[in-house]
Amino acid sequence: MSTFNPYLPELATIQEIIQETHNIKTFRVVLNDEEKMKNFSFEPGQVGQLSVFGVGESTFVINSPPTRMDYLQFSVMKTGEVTERLHALNEGDQIGVRAPLGKCFPYEEMKGKDIIFIGGGIGMAPLRTLLLYMLDNRSDYGDISLLYGARTPNDMAYSYELEEWLSRDDMKTTLTIDAEYPDWQHKVGLIPNVLLEMNPSPKNCIAVTCGPPIMIKFTIQALTKLGFEDSQIVTTLEKRMKCGVGICGRCNIGTSYVCKDGPAYTYEQLKQLPNEL
Amino acid sequence: MSQQKFLASQSIGSFLETLLREHRVLVPLCEGDSVVFRPFRKGGGLELTRMPTTSPKEATFPRVETLMSFTQKVSAPQEEDGGKERPEIELTEHLPQDSTVVFGSRPCGAKGKTIFSRVYDTEAVKDPYFIARRDNTLFISIACSAPETTCFCTSVGGGPADSTGSDILLIPVTDGFMAEAVTEAGAKLMESAFFDAGTQKAEEAQAVVERAETKLGQAQDFSNAREKLLKLFDNESFWEEMSAKCISCGTCTYLCPTCYCFNITDETAGNTGKRVRTWDNCMDYLFTLEASTHNPRSSKAKRLKNRVGHKFSYYPSLHEEHIACCGCGRCIKSCPAAVDIRQIVKSAQEYEDVNI
Repeated sequence: MSTFNPYLPELATIQEIIQETHNIKTFRVVLNDEEKMKNFSFEPGQVGQLSVFGVGESTFVINSPPTRMDYLQFSVMKTGEVTERLHALNEGDQIGVRAPLGKCFPYEEMKGKDIIFIGGGIGMAPLRTLLLYMLDNRSDYGDISLLYGARTPNDMAYSYELEEWLSRDDMKTTLTIDAEYPDWQHKVGLIPNVLLEMNPSPKNCIAVTCGPPIMIKFTIQALTKLGFEDSQIVTTLEKRMKCGVGICGRCNIGTSYVCKDGPAYTYEQLKQLPNEL
Repeated sequence: MSQQKFLASQSIGSFLETLLREHRVLVPLCEGDSVVFRPFRKGGGLELTRMPTTSPKEATFPRVETLMSFTQKVSAPQEEDGGKERPEIELTEHLPQDSTVVFGSRPCGAKGKTIFSRVYDTEAVKDPYFIARRDNTLFISIACSAPETTCFCTSVGGGPADSTGSDILLIPVTDGFMAEAVTEAGAKLMESAFFDAGTQKAEEAQAVVERAETKLGQAQDFSNAREKLLKLFDNESFWEEMSAKCISCGTCTYLCPTCYCFNITDETAGNTGKRVRTWDNCMDYLFTLEASTHNPRSSKAKRLKNRVGHKFSYYPSLHEEHIACCGCGRCIKSCPAAVDIRQIVKSAQEYEDVNI
């Protein structure tokens, strides 16, 4: 009898490591099984568990889009035991990958709509997947704008892509940092305040936001003030997870298991869940 | 209902010895003041009168189990890699192979695995470890003849002679047990000569069950607990009061036949290691502590709320009103602080507040 074992990771090789900021590294990984890599499919917003054998597993969003399948990309902020060990790995090292897990952003329902992405710090990672997916399917979506903020310019991940995003004429990119910094050419101010200043129209628009919990909280308040309905606000949550398949009992908010029913939720869905973020 | 057969008390030892040829046999034994499930040994004693202190869930969900093992190697330098060594990992899946018979569980304990199954064996996900053990474990349960004050199986859909989750149900009578096959596998075991079709004590058996049912008294009606608990979610003072005595020790979770939360950790020795799954305890602060130091269940009030909410509200919402509790009362009996889950749910049901 051979049943699929949801706990068994696929072995994968780290193809490339990018030092994004002082505490964020991006890992581009390829499954060792060529057939499985070729047939790997997922949707924007889904996550994966990365294993460092001997240390453990942690959950990260797949932040390369399904339209670019040369590798699976994960951005990792050095925060705990597993992430610290991930940061110590080199290109060519072996890790385990359990993916895809969870539910994606409602990107089909977003077709034909204007999209505003609002990302804070490492919260840009899940937004990047959806942003690149939409840019690769540009005609399916209306106006696309991005507001990306970090503490300082040095805390901004994907800096090598920002120039391209800023120069594209099919999207509008706004960057902001928390406080004045030498030679900074862009906005200065907290994300929710810059958002209010940008004053995007809620008409036929979906806002997708991710960042630290406090930033999400004030961003949602700002969006509501701007006239966005709860169903027009989409976010993605983080919880401590172990199994990743809705069994082990850590990540539930009432009846909803963030690992399998999330991590992407509309604010309308979140409001129906008990208040336990 | 199939034909009942008689299993004499004096034959049990010999019967279990025959089972040992093909199975691991777990039986309740006295260890200090506790009754715990341990492997049966030839000539070994049994404790079949007292309610086991621990639950038989370890037969299908061990405290610690190896999910997989791994070996880290370094391959010889390869020319194609520019003469560099290449790290390699060998991963081996460890699926359980053994077959187990649990003899002497109570109906409440045997029912535990049916509560697991709704989560561990679904269309969407199949836990191969649990499923292999569940499908290779037979439960020979003893109906409860003397329920304790902490018992409330009839309030959560069970009963002293509930056969759910058992393969054979034994009802205690004079000098032995009347045995009833519940599953085909159970019927097959009952083909053994130790089960005597000639001796009939069906009336006595029925009286035993009726006495136990009477002793359990009126069942508590938990039917509106699902909504009431949700309504009280944001009522901090209610949950602070309910959890005031709790010391977050987790005795309730470890003894519970239906608690199925777990942790996964890696253990290594040199270049080899294993990934193990262990029982976990949702009453522990560390259970939901995130690397960022944020903790969604930072207080014992929040943790107890989740434990009670999961069993009496969230799980029933997700699984056709089934309560994730078998009413065995172990959490009440063994709680060092006398926290009583029946009382908590009742308090929630009776809570009147103009604000909710």
